[in-house]
Formats: sequence, structure tokens, C-alpha cells
Amino acid sequence: MTANAPGQVCLMQGNEAIVRGAVEAGINFAASYPGSPSSQVLGMLGKIAKERNFYAEWSTNEVCAMEACIGASLANARALCIVKQNGLLCVADALHCGAQHGVKGGLVVVTSDDPSAHSSTNEFDSRYQAMSASIPMLEPTSMQETKDMIPYAFELSERTKQIVIVRLTTRVCHGRGNVTLGPLPEKPHELKRVGEWDRLVCVSYMHNSMLQKMDVLRQEFEACPFNHYVGPDAPKGLIVAGGTGRLYAQEAIARLGVGDRVGLLSLATIWPLPEQYILNYLRSAEKVLTLEEVDPVLEHNLEAIAGKNRLSITFSGRSDGALPKIGELDPDNVTAAISMLTGVSLPEKKTSSQLELPERELTFCAGCPHRATFYLLKKVLRQEKNPGVVVGDIGCYIMSGQSAGHYAYQACNCMGSGINLAEGLGQLTNYGLDQKVVTVCGDSTFFHTIMPGLVNATYHHANMLLMVLDNSATAMTGFQPHPATGLTAMGDHVKPMDIQKIVEAVGCDVEIADPFDVEETEKTLRRLLKKPGMNVLIMRQPCATLMSKQQRRPVRVYVDQDKCQGDGCGCDKYCSRVWGCPGNTWDFQKNKARIDPVTCVGCGVCAKLCPNGAIKVEGGEEK
Amino acid sequence: MKQLKFDPLNIVICGIGGQGNVLASEVVGSAMADRGYHVAVGETYGASQRGGSVMSHVRVSVDKEMGVLISSGEAHIIIGFEPLETLRMARKYAGLNTMVVYDSRPVYPLGVLQGVQTYPALEDISAEIQSLSAAAYAVPAADIAMEVGDSRSANIALLGAFTQLPDAPLSREDLEKILQQRFKGAVLELNQKAFAMGCEAVSGKGGNA
Repeated sequence: MTANAPGQVCLMQGNEAIVRGAVEAGINFAASYPGSPSSQVLGMLGKIAKERNFYAEWSTNEVCAMEACIGASLANARALCIVKQNGLLCVADALHCGAQHGVKGGLVVVTSDDPSAHSSTNEFDSRYQAMSASIPMLEPTSMQETKDMIPYAFELSERTKQIVIVRLTTRVCHGRGNVTLGPLPEKPHELKRVGEWDRLVCVSYMHNSMLQKMDVLRQEFEACPFNHYVGPDAPKGLIVAGGTGRLYAQEAIARLGVGDRVGLLSLATIWPLPEQYILNYLRSAEKVLTLEEVDPVLEHNLEAIAGKNRLSITFSGRSDGALPKIGELDPDNVTAAISMLTGVSLPEKKTSSQLELPERELTFCAGCPHRATFYLLKKVLRQEKNPGVVVGDIGCYIMSGQSAGHYAYQACNCMGSGINLAEGLGQLTNYGLDQKVVTVCGDSTFFHTIMPGLVNATYHHANMLLMVLDNSATAMTGFQPHPATGLTAMGDHVKPMDIQKIVEAVGCDVEIADPFDVEETEKTLRRLLKKPGMNVLIMRQPCATLMSKQQRRPVRVYVDQDKCQGDGCGCDKYCSRVWGCPGNTWDFQKNKARIDPVTCVGCGVCAKLCPNGAIKVEGGEEK
Repeated sequence: MKQLKFDPLNIVICGIGGQGNVLASEVVGSAMADRGYHVAVGETYGASQRGGSVMSHVRVSVDKEMGVLISSGEAHIIIGFEPLETLRMARKYAGLNTMVVYDSRPVYPLGVLQGVQTYPALEDISAEIQSLSAAAYAVPAADIAMEVGDSRSANIALLGAFTQLPDAPLSREDLEKILQQRFKGAVLELNQKAFAMGCEAVSGKGGNA
């Protein structure tokens, strides 16, 4: 990643290409909060920051990250902020204000959209943010373009004194491809003292200068080296691709053999659009297919350009069903859309049998403390007079809406929302709502956006229980450090923050429980649910994946085959059916419970739950 | 640079999160890139640590620029870490030329253990994988891994099996060298053992399993 070997070709992941591009651009500052698919970027930057003499930080949330980058820009720093689609929405206010006052040192925001929501709760199209804030946006299609676009974006940002957004999608972030390395600068970009009359202030009279920057950018993009066209002169059928669709289309055109009759226009400059450049190809077109990820943003903008120029064109793409309205582009749906455009299709493939294949539902990992937490919570709430309400937050524990978490979740909005949803419900318990209100959040989420909600709910005496599922990790995105871990992105050891002390300082009652200590924790939960006012319970047990990464397998768990009565036991397969850990498998030949030695991490909770005491724990400290 | 029998050569690697398939795709992909080929790898692992299906596409070409995903019916090789997942992917990606190596040990979905889903009979799964492909080899990779002493080396055993396919772009010797570069000491030894057993699981069978 830091080899100064221009011309060398490496197989690079899209996320790695961002890192390499940032190093080639000589960045001074990088900040991010983890969000997939671009979670890996800042972690890698943190590891090489000292060597390349820049600063990298896992910020407490995206707003901290974005605003810190604006601050750094004031000192002429080249600053890189990395967010996912939802993170970009979090920073919307800072982004819109920032666009109005502009930048001094180059400021590039990398946003990763997740079409098909592979690792997200929703699909979202970041392009609206660029359009709404009047910020230029670029979108690469390959790993090479991704790497090359980062230094280009920094230069553009400095030349136009404006923030630049680079939009990536999952297939770029998580894909790999050949990348030819460029040269590395000798040292990072030069910092400059903040002058007495330097200003980055958002005031209304800057609106006009912001719009003028857009005019300059529109001109600039007319000749952007990342836009290109392949195909016949004056094409009647035109494919316009923004993003990954270009590569799928290129292959589909070759396979269908329609290269002589359709043109492929690839646009990297997503906003503002280079109208004259596009019109060169649009003027001859009768039919236009637009390939883009998530919403028909490009398609509608092309329609507007065609309308303004009184061109009569039939448009197709995301909006008319030529491509699916939801989900990502892939070679198959792109090929089908090009078949529709050209009337040329491929032969059908052989069909498979009728055998039904069960889907693989997501679940908590074997030994995950969340499984025990939701098992206990649901058990206790079921024993209440009225079933309670559980509202949640974003993290691995979002799976508690499924069978993995005993269908506990009834509402979950965005990061940091759980405590506020619960506060709303908790207040209504004084107005006739006769239910216990519980919310959960993770330890990283606690710092991200739970803290203001905690202050609000405590100050206003909501009747509710906040469970902080403290697994010592930002587990869902890959174990990034957060303020309670005592580690920073650059590997420095710092004083960890204590969630318990923070809650106490707010003036809230707080207790700590171990989800693996099922008997005691059940009692604690029952007691806290009866207690009026705002209560906090920290469920403390490290993430199972973190434990297995450290190769700590304290005990061996096995099923005593003589004691397990299998189907004959009245328990109705309690271990695998109710507890539902992937480590608790079933021997369908013997009809008895079995522990899968490959999957089991030895938490031993199932041994405490087996009504017949057939599950044994060997070694370690048995409780 | 050697010409490829198929260009681009398309490899699908599939399984369940945590089985090491991302590592397998990375090993094959970087080995081919080091040899000067164009490589495109697409990884679908959003739910990798939580029991969901994961899949990697590895594509290799002498000179073509490729997207990171393979079109349906266009895989030349499928490496499967679990029979159900192998069949799921074979249904989508197998074509006339597809060769399959897969671990025959089932990992039951949660719903099967909870009694709300049924895992198809293994014979039915393997019969359909056979019928969808040009050749398919069941390899007891997880058992091999347990036998050599580390469940995590199942992916290495499957990579061994993969080198024995006639269309594999990497030979047994190629991958043995890579293992030596990537691992050392006891881990290397263990992986070498798993690798050799994986090779033999296919080469010992000679033809169509």
C-alpha cells in the first residue's frame, strides 16, 4: 500500500484502491466512522498513517469526522472523510453548510452506497445529496479508476474550492482488480497557517458563489478524462452507464454481438452532468438505456437534457422496468435490458430440478452474547402481565427481529434512534400505556448517537430500560476501536472511557450483568423491569468472534449421548430449536443433540439450559 | 503468459460466512495477478460472520477488462464449501463446461435445526450437482481439516482439490509455493497436510466421481 513503485501492477480491493489513491494524493488528514461496504478504508489508513506522516481517526460518529475534515481543510490540509450511504445522511447539515462556504485544502468525501443492501438496513442513493448540496460527484467503475480518481478529486477540490464526493458502490468496495500504481509524493500536502482573514463561514450571501462554482465544474466536466464513449458514430441505440454498469454492459454487448449498433457512454462525472458532451451522443439516439445503481437519477437528468433540447428519445432503465426498480445491477439484468434495447437475445440455459432449497437465515454467531441477552429478555417479558415493547438500534443485534433474537425487536430506525423511540413510548406509560419499554444499543452505538438520547430520556424521567450490549467491539463492521476500547485507529493506547461512569454522571441508575450468567441476569432483568423511571443495564460479555480471533476456547462442550434422550425427551429439542445456536446441531441419524465442534466456541450457555443436563462442559471454570 | 482454455475463466467460490472462502478467492486471485493476468474478484460477504451464504467470483483473462460478477450459466469452476450452497450456486452459475469440487459435509441452516425447514437429502443434492455440471467431486474437506487438527484449514484442502481439475489455472506446485509464502511453522505444516489430502481426494478418483 505504501510501496513507491510506479508502474507496478497489484491486485487491489476497491477499498484498498481508495487508500492507495489517498496516499498518492499526499493526504494530511482522514476521519471516518465504520460503515460497510467502505468500513475497511480507515482501518488501513490508520495502519500506514505514521509511516506517511498523516493523521487518521475513527471518529465517534460521522458528523465528528466530517466537521474535523472541514477544520483540517482550513489549514490547507488535504482531508478525506469516509462514510457509507447512511453516514452521508448523518452529515447532511455539515455537507450543505460546507458546500456554501467551500474549502481551502482539498476535501474529498468518499461515500459507499450499498445496492441490494448486502450489509445495510436499506438502499439509498447518495447522488441526491450531491444534487441537493450543489457538490460535484464522481463515480468510478473499476479499481484502477477508483485509485486514480482520488488524487484527481483532491486537485479538483482545490481548484474549485469545493468539497468533492466520490460515490462508490458495494461491487467496487468489495471487488478486486488490477491496479497500476502511481508515484508517491515525497511528503504530504503542505499545511498553511490559518490567515486572519481566512473564512469558512456558512452565510446566505455565499449561495451565489456556490452556484458559480457549479458552472465552473460543469465546464470542467465537459472534458473530464474519466468520461468515455465506445461504439459507432451517431448511435441510434445508446447505453449510458454511471458506475459499475459499464463493465457489465461492455461484456453483454460483446456476448450479444451488438457492438456495431449500440454505443456505450460511460459517465464518471455524476454531478453536475456535462451536457454538451452528453448531447454529442444523445442527438442521434432514438432509444437510450441508462444503467445506474439504486434510483433512476441519471435517467431523469438525461430526460431533462433531452427535453430541453427537444429531442425525441425513448428512455428506459430503472424507471420503466427494463431494469429492476430495487436491488443491484448484475450481468444478467443488464444483459436482459440490452436484449430488450436491441432485440437480440441469448439462448436459455438448462433448468434445475424442483427440489426446494432452504434459505439460510442470518443468525448470531455461535457463542454470541446477544443470543443469551435476547433469550433472557424475551423470557422475562413473556412473564409480564402484558408483553413488553422492545425497540432497537443498528448493530449485529438488529437480527433480534428474526428468530435469532426470538423476534424481540418491534421497531428499529437508524443509528441512535432506539433510545429516543423508547423515550416516546416510556412517556406514554404515564398516559395509560400499560407495557414495559425496553431498548438496546451496542457499545459503539452508545458513543455514536445514544448519549444525547440518554440525557434526554433521563432528564425527562421516561419509564424505560436501556440495555447496553457491551461486547467490547464494533462487531458488525469488523472490530474497529471506539472510545471504550482504549485504542485509536493509529494504534495508540489511550485512556478508555467507561460507559458505566458516563451513565452515572448523567444521573441515571446503572447495573452490570453477564448474559452468560443466565440465572442471575434473569433475576436482575425482572427486578429492573419493575423499577419505575429511567434504568440502564450494561450486558457485558465480549463478542464471540473477537474471542475466537484471540483463539481463546476456554472449554470443550459436548453432548452426553447416554443422557440426551433426543426425540423421546419432553424438551422438544430445546437446545437447537429454542436456544438456536449454530453450535447446537442435531444428529438426524441418531436423533440426538450434538455439538458441532467446528462451530462451537465454548460459551457453555446451552449446558445451563438443557433440561436433562445432557450437555457437558469440560475444562475451564465451570460455573 | 499461458493462454487460458476459457477466456475469461470464471470461478465461483461459495459457502457460509467464516469458512475461509474470501481467503481462498484472494489466494487464487493474487496468484493469477502475479502471473500477469487481468483479474476481477467480486465478493458477496455482507453477512459473512453471521451464518449467511457467502460467495466470491474470481475471473481471469489474458487481456480483457472484466466486471466483478459472473453471468449465470458461465462458471467454469465452482468451489463449494457446503453441499446446499454448492447446489444453490450450481443452479445459477453452472453451464455445460462447469467442473465442481465441494465439501460434502452439510452445515444446517438455523431453520432446519429449529424444525421449520427441511435440509434436502444429500444424495439428491449430489445427484443434482452432478447433472448440472460436466464433472463434480465431493471432497471431505472439513473432515480432513479436523483430522489434521484445525477446522480452519478446510479451505486449503478444497484449494488442493481445485488444483486437480483439468481446467484449473494453477497447478499443485503453484499453490504449494504460495502456501510456503503465506504460512510458516506448525500452521504451514498443517495446511500442507490438508492441501495434499485435498489433492488426493480428487486425483485418487481419476474421472467423473
